[in-house]
Amino acid sequence: MPKKEIDLAYKIEHLSILDEDGELDSDLEPDISDDLLVKMHRTMLLTRRFDERMLTLQRQGKMGTFAPIKGQEASQIGAAAVLKEKDWLAPSFREMAAEVWRGKSMENILLVYAGFNEGGLIPDESHTLPVCIPVATQVPHAAGLAYAIKFKKEENVVMVFHGDGATSEGDFHEGLNFAAVFQTPTVFVCQNNQWAISVPRSRQTHSKTLAQKALAYGMPGIQVDGNDILAVYSAAKDAVERARSGDGPTLIECITYRMSVHTTADDPSEYRDEEEVKEWEKRDPITRFQKYLKQKDLLSDEDIDNLEEEIKSDIKDVVQSWEEKMEDLGDPTDMFTYQYAELPPHLVAQKEEFEAMLSKKE
Amino acid sequence: MGKMNMVEAINLALKQEMEKDGDVIVLGEDVGVDGGVFRVTEGLLDAYGEERVIDTPLAESMIAGASVGMAIHGLKPVCEIQFSGFSYISFHQMEAHAARYRARTQGRFGIQMVLRCPYGGGVRALEHHSESREAYYAHTPGLKTVIPSGPRKARALLVSAIRDPDPVIFYEPKAAYRAFREEVPEDEETFPIGESEIVREGKDITFITYGAMLQRTLDAADTLQEEDGVEAEVIDLLTVSPMDDQKFTESVRKTGHVVIVHEAHRSFGPGAEMAARLVEKSFLYLEAPIRRVTGYDVVIPLYQREKDYIPDVKRILHGARETLEF
Repeated sequence: MPKKEIDLAYKIEHLSILDEDGELDSDLEPDISDDLLVKMHRTMLLTRRFDERMLTLQRQGKMGTFAPIKGQEASQIGAAAVLKEKDWLAPSFREMAAEVWRGKSMENILLVYAGFNEGGLIPDESHTLPVCIPVATQVPHAAGLAYAIKFKKEENVVMVFHGDGATSEGDFHEGLNFAAVFQTPTVFVCQNNQWAISVPRSRQTHSKTLAQKALAYGMPGIQVDGNDILAVYSAAKDAVERARSGDGPTLIECITYRMSVHTTADDPSEYRDEEEVKEWEKRDPITRFQKYLKQKDLLSDEDIDNLEEEIKSDIKDVVQSWEEKMEDLGDPTDMFTYQYAELPPHLVAQKEEFEAMLSKKE
Repeated sequence: MGKMNMVEAINLALKQEMEKDGDVIVLGEDVGVDGGVFRVTEGLLDAYGEERVIDTPLAESMIAGASVGMAIHGLKPVCEIQFSGFSYISFHQMEAHAARYRARTQGRFGIQMVLRCPYGGGVRALEHHSESREAYYAHTPGLKTVIPSGPRKARALLVSAIRDPDPVIFYEPKAAYRAFREEVPEDEETFPIGESEIVREGKDITFITYGAMLQRTLDAADTLQEEDGVEAEVIDLLTVSPMDDQKFTESVRKTGHVVIVHEAHRSFGPGAEMAARLVEKSFLYLEAPIRRVTGYDVVIPLYQREKDYIPDVKRILHGARETLEF
């Protein structure tokens, strides 16, 4: 009865293709069309600036609490860029960049954070799920949705985003386990941004990596430099292809950094060192990608200047259109509308009670 | 079809709905090969295969959460939580998502799913196997909470629940699973969710009850008739939420006396809501204080003391007589 090593079928690798100095490992360089590269860059820059604008709007009191994405653009867009339109994306609450990539209306994003339920509308054709606030609870949805896809013999996949903190939650475990047992076409993309509000990654788990958690479920896991959009894209592409061809789920851990606050209600100076933030600024996903695009002659400084102007104007339009939309909203009886497919009698009565109050003069 | 017990009747509803609609799937712990610990899902695996009758890993939050995901993509999951005492782990998924998804997405995704769980005492089980905490669900906007009392209604209501476009919590009184048989028609039968039923007419006192408490309330009503000459009206609530208050508030206008009977804890229980509706809608007709005969506000004891916790005919009669003599 010898003691012997058990072969777990998968090993954990770390993937980096484009380092922080813009050095490229050309053997690993993914084949991405020029158009797609340019679009990825534009969306990274757009969402960075939009995020900054949202922070200003929040500080001005025009918008409520939200969770900024600054620093995580590559981890989000690199992964989402692999998806086809009919694939599904299940975000948590810090994936604005991925949502915008998927075509989510920026006006609606602003509406939700300005406290209007109307912004939650998911258009009929969209396969991007709403923001999910309770940590990790979207993970089982992605597993179940992917089960339904497999059941219907469709070829789409589900990509679900979650953070490092989520890996401590039961729903993370239960969702990955279900996906692996039933070999559903699910891709789990962990945004390991090092901090769950004030709690560092080292307090979430004693594991060396988050990617290795995949091994316990019998699925492949990979750790990538999450600020390297080529590495994220490459790992996501492998995972999506595996899922699409019926070979089950994958966990991708993107090593990235939350360069801003947890939410606008948070003050990180209470718990983390400014030096750490400065270190990560050197690894900024956007400047790194710009170096790569310049080397490929797909981008010049002049292009960047023009793009910044264009984005500024786009965001201005979005903000203006959002402000106009808010003027038209404000039928508060809407709160009753979508509780059930059909309003039950007690809610009909409560709605009438509320309408009567509205029509009453002080 | 002949006479069936509640287990067979629920099984019939599942079979017929699965036969009729290929999107209906059943998932849960031991629901496949084992046919469910109470045999409610017996035979479904053989008839519909393991893609539609899923023995899941032991994870209640995932069972509910994966069902939400399935419903987003058009399946109609009927998931089983083995005992309602374990459903609190699923509660978060039901509250945070199943109940809210329609509103969150402004109508795009309604979560058409049923969460079935056996609840209540009566089977000499371990701790966590005997509770009656439907109030948790009934308190949650966006959910519907249904509790049948006998085989025929269980079948009809489950069919309605499966077809309902909103998430339905379907609490099955395990004490009534095999307690008695009823004629259950072979032909399709539904019963509207959100509607109660007058199961015994009377003019002197109104009983409002549901689930496993219906039979003993009917027994108490018979005793009142025989021993006191009192004609009791008995209303079977059937859906706890949204609550149909029309029949019971009207009934009390006629009788002036009311006793609410449920197995759930008294404070903040469904009876408290019924009492509030009675005061709001039939206050001037009440001739005596509203009486609640319920489980006490204690952790339900193990089965040797369970009969002391759960209302029995003696307690129901005592409550009724005190009310009548007020």
